[in-house]
Amino acid sequence: MAGNLKKVLVDPLSENNPVTIQILGICSSLAVTVKLETALVMAIGLTVVTAGSNWVISLLRNTIPSKIRMIVEMAVVSVLVIVADQFLRAYLFEISRQLSVFVGLIITNCIVMGRLEAYALQNPPGLSFLDGIGNGLGYSLVLVIVASVREILGSGKWLGFRVIPEAAYSAGYINNGFMLLAPGAFIVLGLLIWVQRTLSKKFETD
Amino acid sequence: MELISLAIRSIFIENILLSTFLGMCSFLAISKRIDTAMGLGAAVIFVQFITVPANWAIKHFFLEPGALAWTGVPALAALDLSFLIFICFIAVIACLVQFVEMVLDRFFPPLYQSLGIFLPLITVNCAILGGSLFMVERNYTFVQSVVYGFSSGAGWALAITCMGAIRKKLRYSNIPPGLKGLGITMLLTGLMAMAFMCFSGISL
Repeated sequence: MAGNLKKVLVDPLSENNPVTIQILGICSSLAVTVKLETALVMAIGLTVVTAGSNWVISLLRNTIPSKIRMIVEMAVVSVLVIVADQFLRAYLFEISRQLSVFVGLIITNCIVMGRLEAYALQNPPGLSFLDGIGNGLGYSLVLVIVASVREILGSGKWLGFRVIPEAAYSAGYINNGFMLLAPGAFIVLGLLIWVQRTLSKKFETD
Repeated sequence: MELISLAIRSIFIENILLSTFLGMCSFLAISKRIDTAMGLGAAVIFVQFITVPANWAIKHFFLEPGALAWTGVPALAALDLSFLIFICFIAVIACLVQFVEMVLDRFFPPLYQSLGIFLPLITVNCAILGGSLFMVERNYTFVQSVVYGFSSGAGWALAITCMGAIRKKLRYSNIPPGLKGLGITMLLTGLMAMAFMCFSGISL
């Protein structure tokens, strides 16, 4: 049982990562990764929403008629997202403004729906909650890596602190502004997927 | 003229997929074949064209601070329901998609046959909800929201059709195994986004 718990929690970090292997939740993982700070807030938000909605739906799994389950799921997820959004607006207004529409878009984030459909509908609440946390963490891991690469290369900072020394700039080093633009995000994530799949030997057969 | 400029901007310069990353999931999943890509693209244009103005009306007449003033009840006029935006928008989108599906099935069977399987998928396409949320954030008027809805959908359709065409060519190329599928598609999307950046600066 204990091994099972650990598997539920750790599997999504690499073996079955929601972003790089399951191809879920790509949109937001690209949009919020210009800076590590916003990426972290988004990652925490998504983890909370996924875990919470997994738990609620799993509690209700025997009472929801299967025909209207999508609507029930949407309602539960939207309520949790509204709570998260109001919380961010109240306590972290600056970051919530930078995240703009992407907090609201957690509703249609495929990780949330995907885990609800694939896991919470068949498993007890405790395990589903852990599955939500695990997948949230897997997503967070990808976000942190992509955001770190983009922030360090793009603006020479990491979490707001300067990591590339002034001496490098006076010697002619220039920040790679390309990393802060949209194409940079696609390419960094593409390369990350390449590395991850080569390491874990999970190849797509096309 | 302003409207044409808005349309050009949302199709090419601020393409909803390539610069704001919305609708990536279905973009990656459906772009394997060009004909299905075009089908989904058409469905997205259609739904976006209807939902963005519909959500504009919901926001303007029900949810904004003071929006309920038309009821004439002072207690209602003071309400600010804007925290309900997410849940209302997603409900409107789900209902409209269902409704559009039924109307098409009843009156335009050929169109329904060709779009059929893609319509339900659209509810969970973040480009649709994202389009409505951008409409709120940028304070579009009704006419602007109609134009924005249509042209952001068209931008998405353009991107997925291009990707469908590229992936068709890609089938005969020798890609490193770890890069197959998702990896190479992300890199190509990056290159495509770079190409689309050349449009920036165009204004009418």
